[in-house]
Amino acid sequence: MEITAKTAAQLRITEEEFELIKERLGRTPNFTELCAFSGMWSEHCSYKNSIKWLKTLPRDGSKMLVKAGEENAGLMDIGDGYGVVFKIESHNHPSAIEPFQGAATGVGGIHRDIFTMGARPIASLNSLRFGKLEEAKTQHLLAGVVHGISHYGNCFGVPTVGGEVYFEQKYHTNPLVNAMSVGIVKNGETVSATAKGIGNPVFFVGSATGKDGIGGASFASADITAESAEELPAVQVGDPFQEKKLLEACLEVLQTGAVVGMQDMGAAGIICSTSEMSAKGEVGMRIDLEKVPTRQKNMKAWELLLSESQERMLMVVEKGKEKEVLDVFEKWDLPCSEIGEVTGDGILRFYMHGVLEAELPAYDLVLGGGAPQYSRNYIQPDYFSKIEAFNANSIEVPDDLRAVAEKLVTIPNIASKKAVYVQYDSMVGTGNASTNQPSDAAIVIAKPTNKGLALTTDCNSRYVFANPYKGAMIAVAEAARNIVCSGGAPLGITNCLNFGNPYDPQVYYQFVEAIKGMGEACRRFDTPVTGGNVSFYNQNPDGPVYPTPTIGMVGVLEHVNDKMTLDFKHAGDTIYLIGKSSGDINSSEYLHKIQGVEFSPAPQFDLETEFMLQEKVAALIKARVIESAHDVSEGGLFTALLESGFNRNLGVDVVATDYNIRKDGYWFGEAQSRVVVSVRSNKEEAFKRAMGIHPFEELGVVTTGSVEIDGMEWGHIEAWKALYDNAIQNIISGQESGHALSAL
Amino acid sequence: MKFGVVVFPGSNCDRDMQEALQNDLKQEVVMLWHKDKDLSRFTTNDCIILPGGFSYGDYLRCGAIARFSPMMQSVIDFANSGGKVLGVCNGFQILCESHLLPGVLLRNANQQFICKNVYLKGVGGADKALKIPIAHGEGRYFADEATLNELEANNQVIYRYCDEKGQITAAANPNGAIRNIAGICNKNRNVFGMMPHPERACTSALGNIDGRIILKTLIMQPQPAFV
Amino acid sequence: MTYTVQVTVMPLKELLDPQGKAVMGGLSNLGLSNVQDVRIGKNITLQVEAGSADAAKEIAETAAKKLLANPVMEYFEVAVN
Repeated sequence: MEITAKTAAQLRITEEEFELIKERLGRTPNFTELCAFSGMWSEHCSYKNSIKWLKTLPRDGSKMLVKAGEENAGLMDIGDGYGVVFKIESHNHPSAIEPFQGAATGVGGIHRDIFTMGARPIASLNSLRFGKLEEAKTQHLLAGVVHGISHYGNCFGVPTVGGEVYFEQKYHTNPLVNAMSVGIVKNGETVSATAKGIGNPVFFVGSATGKDGIGGASFASADITAESAEELPAVQVGDPFQEKKLLEACLEVLQTGAVVGMQDMGAAGIICSTSEMSAKGEVGMRIDLEKVPTRQKNMKAWELLLSESQERMLMVVEKGKEKEVLDVFEKWDLPCSEIGEVTGDGILRFYMHGVLEAELPAYDLVLGGGAPQYSRNYIQPDYFSKIEAFNANSIEVPDDLRAVAEKLVTIPNIASKKAVYVQYDSMVGTGNASTNQPSDAAIVIAKPTNKGLALTTDCNSRYVFANPYKGAMIAVAEAARNIVCSGGAPLGITNCLNFGNPYDPQVYYQFVEAIKGMGEACRRFDTPVTGGNVSFYNQNPDGPVYPTPTIGMVGVLEHVNDKMTLDFKHAGDTIYLIGKSSGDINSSEYLHKIQGVEFSPAPQFDLETEFMLQEKVAALIKARVIESAHDVSEGGLFTALLESGFNRNLGVDVVATDYNIRKDGYWFGEAQSRVVVSVRSNKEEAFKRAMGIHPFEELGVVTTGSVEIDGMEWGHIEAWKALYDNAIQNIISGQESGHALSAL
Repeated sequence: MKFGVVVFPGSNCDRDMQEALQNDLKQEVVMLWHKDKDLSRFTTNDCIILPGGFSYGDYLRCGAIARFSPMMQSVIDFANSGGKVLGVCNGFQILCESHLLPGVLLRNANQQFICKNVYLKGVGGADKALKIPIAHGEGRYFADEATLNELEANNQVIYRYCDEKGQITAAANPNGAIRNIAGICNKNRNVFGMMPHPERACTSALGNIDGRIILKTLIMQPQPAFV
Repeated sequence: MTYTVQVTVMPLKELLDPQGKAVMGGLSNLGLSNVQDVRIGKNITLQVEAGSADAAKEIAETAAKKLLANPVMEYFEVAVN
């Protein structure tokens, strides 16, 4: 078979890249070798269109125990001799094709990234984006994705403790499924994804390899069109039971001290794990592919290299200690085969029954080595002119604010996501301290220490669409605010950058500006970016998704009992707003969903004001002068007040502090840097003293259940709770039959 | 007395049970690997627990494959000779598949996995409804009329789903279980099965310790106090 | 007339069937080592009103294509009794 630029193009390698490959090898690659480059130089593995900008993010900090991007996930010090390992990753394209397996394998993949480093996963979160909930397609995708996450996560036995779900038309064809895993590891017990020691055996462990998911990495890097949705898809099937055994076996085998390095097999399977481990250790490998356990007969070399069969690991073992490793995997009934050895020359050689099938320098395949890195052009998007043209004065303040409020709390983006999260096991592991006492971030006990981890994912992508720079700063700020309001100190972030086609300069502008904003906010909050994932090509002929740089943030509480909760505790407590009230309606759910305005600027935000606010809230919690803290986000101040009352069925009697501010903006606007707190009467003085000169306003008092706004009776909190709790289920019930079928 | 907690390859509540018993209730706990058989260090005063999880991935039917593991053969003998056995969630499913308890656990009425706090009326809950989490996809207890009537006649229903005030209502039934049944025991009152997870409500940092009441009254006393 | 149509839906041969694999392990634990492979699908029985067996089959095939089977993951076979 003659290998030409045309063959390369079929494997999604550009002409320019094909020339580069020939130059690196000093010859024309054979088909198997070309497949290896196709996988490794795909956007997914090489970050070729993003790495230049990712390097501008703050990636250092005193608490970072490994450098960003060095290992499969970020690792940071939490004290007491323990570290937290965390990462978020997308599984958007597979979920668009097969929502159940797409989401399930996404969860499986991110957990493997955590335990491949020697950490035990203790919590997971997920950030989901779909089209409009009223659409049958959305309900099908939602049911499948949630069922997939629930199926895999529940069986694997890691609680899903938090996350977010948004519904916007822009995600109709390209849903986003971002999964985050968080693990705990004793300092010094981590394992690196590095191959070392010439002559050391290379082991393949976990499930047998099949033809599933071949080309998935290249696949994830292609636009989804009607045609590709029809073509034989690169689906993988997840087996959480197998992964649970793999987890226990991997953690157990590390205790033997026989393991030199370990990496999970995700995108681009064997070729990715062998090349990355070898390149990092500056070694090579000889691999006998026929020794890889397979599920199907007659698999070709290139199929074995690229297969994305799930629940597999590559392990380099110290020579002479093979038996110890085999015994552990035997105990857990998992296949474990020696498939090759580490060599000294930096070359990967893949044999099949003694025949050399591929011979490739590991360095040339990988990110940071020979993989290409591009600088893409970018220009300000055309739609910005529509945003600039928006004038808030053109929107009249509605007369019946209560009617607006009733609509607002049933918008799926604001309403309770209970219909979704009730399907996730949120309590397994007996570490979720938020089940009975909710906070803005999920609080999980970092066993075996008594510390708490505060975990959150955040991104309001409409803000990012309106202003990528500011919107990305807000995403970081909101994540930090959620952690601070829960009593934690922000530690670091992982990011999942979901954008459209990077070759579209207007899309790339969103990406570049979002990275700049994210970097600035992360520097201010001292939360380094420990790693993450870029997902481009979330685009279809109708256009790209909203730019969605999801932030996964981890914070630490010195003791888990230091947590602050979001719910009002007693009737009679005074309610304060920390920060300044505002009439800003820009980019609010109110403006977008109720007034129908698609284009408006991002809401009010100033990084320094935000930073001061968080310092103040942290001080209030430390001084134990507040009973609750809940930040103002989607749905504005009114929604924040209701949400604070729901848990104990307590209402509010509040009056706008400034009658010059437009009422719709005051109650429903989403200006940033505001937190609702409640204070007991005997703490009032201490509270005011602690506030000092920081701006705050007295809104009113907590009631036994009635909701009174500006002196008007707005009904009982339980009625509001019923609206808020049932909104999503009510929309779905309109399609009951379709929904039930998804369970088939 | 001491406790043995069986570890199947897919158990995932085994550590939670161990921690609740050891740390919160100060009991001696031994972990038992499913491939082993030896229960010689346990007397009939002791208690073997089948924890929650997905013992064998819950493929085919929950608990169907676990039933045939070597350790389960010993647990069945242990139960038949009068030793105490408690199965929680997946453990309850295994006990039913092993015929140590009557009935079956069907897929939840809404066909979905459900994880939330529920309230229970039953052993240890004379004064108040006990708040305990559930987390299962197949927890809808079912048995034929004759079996159910026999269970009731012998006072073998140990827990029923109720509301916060202790009222046994249809609305308080999370999964469609027949007669709101959340847990049962055998005729000899030494084998107990329940879908809710008491071990998830034992640590004060989690804000709910009602589970301690269940573990104390059900298995830590020589004779459980029946309602 | 009414035809009884059996639709058998099976996981695609090239895809992993975790359920079949676990059951296979269970069977070999029981000593039934002669069982070489297990794959688990589902059987759906339809009562179809049609003019002929062929017409009934066609209707069932449409049902299978559109809803009963997910072609991304599964294939199906239709048999009219």
